[in-house]
Amino acid sequence: MNDRTNASEERAAGAERVADALRLDGNAAAGLLSEIFVPDVTAARATCAHCGVDRPVGALLLYAHGMGVVVRCPSCDGVVLRATRTSARVWLDLTGATRIGIPIAAPPA
Amino acid sequence: MSDATATVGRPLAARPIAWRLATVVDVVPETPWARTLVFDVPGWPGHRAGQHVDVRLTAEDGYQAQRSYSIASAPEEARIALTVERLEDGEVSPYLTGELRVGDRLELRGPIGGYFVWEAAPGAPLLLVGGGSGIVPLMAMVRHRAAALATASVAARHGMPARLLYSARGWDEVIYRDELARLSDGDPTLEVALTLTRESPQAWTGFRRRIDRMMLAEVAWPPPERPLIYVCGPTPLVESVASALVELGHDPSRVKTERFGPTGERA
Amino acid sequence: MSEPFISRGFRGRRRTEAGAGPLPPGQYATRDFPVLSAGPTQHTSLAEWDFTIGGAGGRTARWTWDEFQSLPRETITTDIHCVTKWSKLGTVWEGVSVDTLLAEAAGHGIEPLPYVLALCDGGYTTNLPLADVTGGKAWVALRYEGAPLAPEHGGPARLLVPHLYFWKSAKWVRQLRVMEHDEAGFWESLGYHNYGDPWREQRYAGDE
Repeated sequence: MNDRTNASEERAAGAERVADALRLDGNAAAGLLSEIFVPDVTAARATCAHCGVDRPVGALLLYAHGMGVVVRCPSCDGVVLRATRTSARVWLDLTGATRIGIPIAAPPA
Repeated sequence: MSDATATVGRPLAARPIAWRLATVVDVVPETPWARTLVFDVPGWPGHRAGQHVDVRLTAEDGYQAQRSYSIASAPEEARIALTVERLEDGEVSPYLTGELRVGDRLELRGPIGGYFVWEAAPGAPLLLVGGGSGIVPLMAMVRHRAAALATASVAARHGMPARLLYSARGWDEVIYRDELARLSDGDPTLEVALTLTRESPQAWTGFRRRIDRMMLAEVAWPPPERPLIYVCGPTPLVESVASALVELGHDPSRVKTERFGPTGERA
Repeated sequence: MSEPFISRGFRGRRRTEAGAGPLPPGQYATRDFPVLSAGPTQHTSLAEWDFTIGGAGGRTARWTWDEFQSLPRETITTDIHCVTKWSKLGTVWEGVSVDTLLAEAAGHGIEPLPYVLALCDGGYTTNLPLADVTGGKAWVALRYEGAPLAPEHGGPARLLVPHLYFWKSAKWVRQLRVMEHDEAGFWESLGYHNYGDPWREQRYAGDE
């Protein structure tokens, strides 16, 4: 039992390193989100629906999945935002965010 | 007489981002593994330091690949430049660093990103920490700062000092090496520290290890100075640097990160 | 720009196209096995791991890891097709047939229902008709290419349903729930096809 547990723990630590290295952040979602939103959303603040922590979307964790974008809260790993681009539509699921606050443009100098 | 401070009715910062056909006007080798591509982009709306573009390539059979690249040039420059590092098992970087030549065109869209951006403004010191190709958006910030301060007073420069800590595997892999030396030699308010992690020249007196908490404590401003901090590069580096900065007492809301993934090539 | 611009001299990753062999339409063959994930790699310890078949009325049949090891296994050699256009030919797996699990579950009073929902560590879900996980078409896979399934590829156990696009082969699977009504899973609820047959190129909702 010990050997198997140790082996699985080692695999887990190795896997965690692989997963850690693959992780991106909200900045990587900016291109896809620019097809839905006109203002940049990565500078917007999002409130995580699972744990209530409020952060800029650019500071959230993004898991690079070829099928779409999954953006998660660094505090609780809950999904804050998901988006896909299919042949006919760009889909967005924002149920993981209770609110989004997009900055108003600074006045021209 | 309109009220200049009114916020009601002001439109949100906006411009839809379209794919454009950009022409390569110059190719500049940076290191044996990286080169800078300079583009003429019709209708380019301008950008902010730290933003990126998406590049889309299509093969003759219709196969497509898309990647993001940080803009290396300052907003003040007439043309946009991307610096690309060749990855051994890469799909797009070998094409951009090998095959692409002056006169070729490619599709790109941008500028993209509003979080990992810096605009020159007095009031806070600037700390930039980068590893590998993470130097690219940081270099746009360094260049933007230099352009913004070109005709500024000494006092103005001191109001916005900057430090760059850049990790590269070896002396030959330091992108923008000469330009960084020239800029920091000419401006006492810009300090550049390099750390070479795998190999360093015999006479090297700089750091010789991966960025760690001790190195950051030495290079960074003390937290009460409240620097604006930008960290960019491979994900493991970004995450360990960001954690270390917070452990040292820096305000997490003033630490902005841009992860490039495992190898630095952004998907 | 309605038509993409062809980039002179760009070839992309080495690939063979559909038509050059047994590939579904629009697919390319690769030797890689990219790690695609919608979240952090899960690492459930074997001591905590269990697998459940859930049915109507809250009935469950459950196996611990040790119990699961004693179930009959099969070796499966198959092609797999990802909706992102990459196919990998001749992959070798070892796992327990879903038929075996459902047969044992029947012994616990779990009756078949037309739809199945796969539930996984980390919250991922995917839905399939019962008919697509029975009759020798689906397994809970424990080994890949002769070694225990690595966590980044879905270990300790993942669903394997190779006749459908590979997003249906859910990583870190912990439960198959039989249901009266179909319920869209993670990607199915965000624009992907509800069924996902690569041979009819059913990638997105509304295809074919």
